[in-house]
Amino acid sequence: MDNVIRRRTPGARLARAALYAVLIVMALFYLLPLLIMLLTSIKPLDEIGAGTLLALPEHPTLAPWVNAWGEACTGMRCEGVGGYFWNSFAIVIPAVAISTVVGALNGYALTKWRFRGSELVFALMLFGCFIPFQVVLLPMAQTLGWLGLSSSRAGLVLVHVVFGIAFTTLFFRNFYVAVPSELVSAAKLDGAGFFRIFWRILLPVSAPIIVVSVIWQFTQIWNDFLFGVAFSAHDTQPVTVALNNLVNTSTGVKEYNVNMAAAMIAALPTLVVYVLAGKYFVRGLTAGSVKG
Amino acid sequence: MSTSLSPARAARAPVKRSALGALTDWIPRLVLAPSVAVSLFFVYGFMIWTFVLSLTNSRMLPSYDFVGFAQYAQLMANDRWWVAATNLVVFGGLFVGICLVLGAGLAILLDQRIRQEGSLRTIYLYPMALSFIVTGVVWKWLLNPSLGLQAMVRGWGFEGFTFDWLVNPDMAVYTLVIAAVWQASGFVMALFLAGLRGIDDSIIKAAQLDGASLPRIYARVVMPCLRPVVFSAVMILSHIAIKSFDLVVALTGGGPGYASDLPATFMYTHAFTRAQIGLGSASAMLMLGGVLAILIPYLYSELRSRRHG
Repeated sequence: MDNVIRRRTPGARLARAALYAVLIVMALFYLLPLLIMLLTSIKPLDEIGAGTLLALPEHPTLAPWVNAWGEACTGMRCEGVGGYFWNSFAIVIPAVAISTVVGALNGYALTKWRFRGSELVFALMLFGCFIPFQVVLLPMAQTLGWLGLSSSRAGLVLVHVVFGIAFTTLFFRNFYVAVPSELVSAAKLDGAGFFRIFWRILLPVSAPIIVVSVIWQFTQIWNDFLFGVAFSAHDTQPVTVALNNLVNTSTGVKEYNVNMAAAMIAALPTLVVYVLAGKYFVRGLTAGSVKG
Repeated sequence: MSTSLSPARAARAPVKRSALGALTDWIPRLVLAPSVAVSLFFVYGFMIWTFVLSLTNSRMLPSYDFVGFAQYAQLMANDRWWVAATNLVVFGGLFVGICLVLGAGLAILLDQRIRQEGSLRTIYLYPMALSFIVTGVVWKWLLNPSLGLQAMVRGWGFEGFTFDWLVNPDMAVYTLVIAAVWQASGFVMALFLAGLRGIDDSIIKAAQLDGASLPRIYARVVMPCLRPVVFSAVMILSHIAIKSFDLVVALTGGGPGYASDLPATFMYTHAFTRAQIGLGSASAMLMLGGVLAILIPYLYSELRSRRHG
């Protein structure tokens, strides 16, 4: 690109410096809350009252993290968020796996085995991406009751799969549309069946979209609060619900350092995913807007 | 195709296909069937179900005593609903507007051959990976008047500095805007940056040869090309705004009082904690109406643009 501010004149050099200054200030705007959260989580409580947000801890301690993990009160119980952290994994892993597999098969069937009405089927399912979930909460609560899944982890897995397949189908459908169909047609003529073609031809090229789908579903379900708070009980809550309970439990002194440690614990898995696979995360985010 | 086949093969082929072929034809449909059934029941069925509930006088438990549109009338007369609806307009408008300006601005600045562009992009975007609950908890701490930003700035010697929006009923809704912008503006930046990278360089070069200044090129040449990006960003952001629930719960709890309620928290409170299932359903239906009002024009223009190439 040639539309760059040139560095020849002093004025242009100043503009360039201002440009970097603005970008760095904005970077601080995004970074400081995380930094403050981290600083607060390793300060003893007395330093929090005495110092300011940005003061470095004089006696850094991991006690708030230990407390948040295993001792802090979340509502009636005082067992920390550790158990709920594993609850979240127990919900997220099956939900991500099932919705990704179903989405892959759906996307494959919708693009390589088109039939009369397949576009309509896609449009029908796509609508599920857009509804405000408030509109399904009450019927869902009753349906989970009928299925005997009220307040269970299996119930939450079901909910996340049901409302996740719209997204995963969209991802895989848009990805497979761009995969050339000649190989598939040739394989069909050779008598290869539906699953064989999927296994031998589509699956080997699907790695990027599987990563996108897994990351998207992982962050969505891990970060979910609405379904978690509506359809879980004490021992099946995901970590977001436990974190909210911990912060809002008012017994005696507010332990802000413990709150921040608990928030860090709840945020870590998705942050790690983002740092490791940011590129795919962005692709998932933009897939909804750039339809193929 | 049949012209190339000998009569004998043409006759045999359909027979050989019929048993296996019929199954092969149906496998894709069978694979899709569960998902279609699930979405018919859990999406469309539940929407109708909620609509039916909104026409009943359900309180603690769903009942099916129909009262027509009485719940909607009650909603229209409900002060708290109007606070929530007004808040959504204020919150949604500011959130979408600021995110767009900030996102477009950052994308343009990042597009000037910046060193370390990758790391800056990563920093701008990471809040999007967080849960709104985490965002709410962090900002609740930052905006806490006695220990947060206000205390820090006062500690620097500005004794009169006041920043108590979190506990101020008139201002609490703006704290939601701050936190939500912090979380989502990096994402808008990513959208715009992808759009900018997709623009043909020759247009920009042509404008430069004509002697147009850089700001002018962006205003007149580049931004009009990005109209589809603006459009989808508005769509996604307003969708986030309407669904905002966790952020309110974690940051303000809807308070002080119900000053920072949004329709999503209104619905949840009435349906799940105040035993007003009928009223909660009516508010959920209005939320759906709001989403459709944004979605239908979007889909319409999307389909139109695709048809026109």
